[in-house]
Amino acid sequence: MPAVQETVEQVRRIDVDQYKYGFETPIESEKAPKGLSEDIVRFISEKKNEPQWMLDWRLDAYRRWLTMREPAWARVSYPKIDFQNIYYYAAPKKFKAPKSLDEVDPEILRTYEKLGIPLREQEILAGVVREDGSTPSKVAVDAVFDSVSVATTFKEELKKAGVIFMPISEALREHPELVRRYIGTVVPVTDNFYATLNSAVFSDGSFVYVPAGVRCPMELSTYFRINEKNTGQFERTLIIADKGSYVSYLEGCTAPQRDENQLHAAVVELITLDDAEIKYSTVQNWYPGDSEGRGGVYNFVTKRGDCRGRNAKISWTQVETGSAITWKYPSCILRGDNSRGEFYSIAISNGHQQVDSGTKMIHLGKNTTSRIISKGIAAGKSQNTYRGLVSAHRKATGARNFTNCDSLLVGDKCGAHTVPYIEARNSSAVFEHEATTSKISADMLFYCRQRGLSAEEATALVVNGFVKDVLQQLPMEFAVEAQKLISISLEGSVG
Amino acid sequence: MLLEIKNLHVEIDGKKILNGLDLAIEQGKVHAIMGPNGSGKSTLAYVLAGKEDYAVTEGDILFNGESVLDLDPDERAARGLFLAFQYPIEIPGVATMTFLRTALNAQRKARGEGELSTPDFLKRVREAAGKLEINQDMLRRAVNVGFSGGEKKRNEILQMAMLEPRLAVLDETDSGLDIDALKIVSEGVNRLRSPERAFIVITHYQRLLDYIVPDVVHVLSRGRIVKTGGKELALELEASGYAQYQSEAA
Repeated sequence: MPAVQETVEQVRRIDVDQYKYGFETPIESEKAPKGLSEDIVRFISEKKNEPQWMLDWRLDAYRRWLTMREPAWARVSYPKIDFQNIYYYAAPKKFKAPKSLDEVDPEILRTYEKLGIPLREQEILAGVVREDGSTPSKVAVDAVFDSVSVATTFKEELKKAGVIFMPISEALREHPELVRRYIGTVVPVTDNFYATLNSAVFSDGSFVYVPAGVRCPMELSTYFRINEKNTGQFERTLIIADKGSYVSYLEGCTAPQRDENQLHAAVVELITLDDAEIKYSTVQNWYPGDSEGRGGVYNFVTKRGDCRGRNAKISWTQVETGSAITWKYPSCILRGDNSRGEFYSIAISNGHQQVDSGTKMIHLGKNTTSRIISKGIAAGKSQNTYRGLVSAHRKATGARNFTNCDSLLVGDKCGAHTVPYIEARNSSAVFEHEATTSKISADMLFYCRQRGLSAEEATALVVNGFVKDVLQQLPMEFAVEAQKLISISLEGSVG
Repeated sequence: MLLEIKNLHVEIDGKKILNGLDLAIEQGKVHAIMGPNGSGKSTLAYVLAGKEDYAVTEGDILFNGESVLDLDPDERAARGLFLAFQYPIEIPGVATMTFLRTALNAQRKARGEGELSTPDFLKRVREAAGKLEINQDMLRRAVNVGFSGGEKKRNEILQMAMLEPRLAVLDETDSGLDIDALKIVSEGVNRLRSPERAFIVITHYQRLLDYIVPDVVHVLSRGRIVKTGGKELALELEASGYAQYQSEAA
């Protein structure tokens, strides 16, 4: 069988049916009744003991949402979603905010173990010195199990540095003034259909505040996982880096395997003030559906960062291998003079997956710069679209952008599309755009196989070479994980 | 016998390239295969390595007594078959060092051996690279990307040195090499000559055989071996050309 044909065959079988994270944790959960109404919004707000202003904000969002329509411009197709057939709130039952990991349901901890996040080890490992004298870098994890943050590690150490890292529901109680000052200022309540829905029903998510001049002493991480049947997951993440501070944030996502589709509509807001920097990395491997295209997660996410101060910087890095449908455009508003936005993306689609993803770089301030490196890999019968906007405002003198979009096709039943929008209203703006589309070549695979690599190993090696520029942007631990993930999502082999 | 090719018939896209080729190679020997353009030299190299698109319609290839016709290219590689490409392929973004290590470990795994430790691997690669005048910078660069013709060929010999095959097929390794590079590459090959290892050296020109002295020389024409002799046959060919063999074969 010719190598390319073989690759195509493998990709057809892909796994999808062998989704590595397809297990369900039998935990009793407390759900709100199905469907959406003002009562449900009140129910969620009440469950979380929220202040009145938050409830009002949610209700306002809900009322606006009722008047809005789903966006239809993306290159994705799916049956109409019945928003009344979704549970908007699910919490593991008997949930009382744990004081320490010991109070966390062992069943939940086992689930995290299966996912490979060593929550418990994290604490033990802190401070360990390896044989070669190096210390393992620390990662603080805020794990979201369905709608509630189950455990937050490393809280103490962060507290010493003055960094606030907690579930947003908790931040609403402990730091309401901070949440109120910043929430909805990057992604307004009225922004778009899914962001507005999220504003009404968001259940939990992470809140980070890094005070002025502080370099966060460790990588912060959230691990999202959708467990409950028919639960939409609506996290809300808000990260603020005050003047001259720095934080690196990692987000990883998985969902168990199911026949029906699960909706995920998150909102992430990042704010950097003068001289501050946020680095936000995502590895997303939500269930993509089976080989017939049944099931899988709908990932309709609004992520946006606002470089509000001078010399502020926001960098998005994403490795997207999962979800049946991805609709996601992590963006940067470059408001402060000399601010910088970066977007590094690897999007792999396989089976029947549909990806419509990209970024927006909005240049408002003077001498603002941005860089976009996007690598799309389409295999199987998938469709992979890069959609991006680069714009310079009238006052954005000296704005510069460099964009590079490369697409790689594996097989002949998939599609790669590039839709760049470029708008310059300032004559001094310099925007560069490079794009290539190529097919994985039979000669390359044969060369690798002659040296002893199997067809799967050869494909993974070539693809890893293709995405190298972006992998280099990921924090070390994540890069290794991402590399494995790329091999898994392309090979159809498990483990 | 390390390699036995029996009555091999090969077609590509319905066109016959090899027509009943017979060849037997003992371990420890170096066989040169010479012939005019289009005689089937590269086809022979690719068929041995198991490249797709080449259909074997008749005959057999036995490697160590086992037919390899149903084996994938990587399975043949793991059994000790190596092909130095006439036109080595570029693999963007994959460091040469990573490529070497991945290939070596894949073969070791297929043979049921453990992975080589990082220090052992580095030691071996530095030693082999040094002899071929390949520096660290070249090992860090992506496989064959931006390499000169000579660098690509030296890289092929480096891979051969690391993978330690039982049978190495060198497909026009001399093409595109200047005299200095030719010497480095030839010395690299000569260092690997051993009683356990055999070579098939495919070339147009006698010149390479001044450096890599063969035990046996074959003339290939229209898909068959038409003459076999000692190393002096190559000199004869240099003087008289291939024309006589092309008519004989017809």
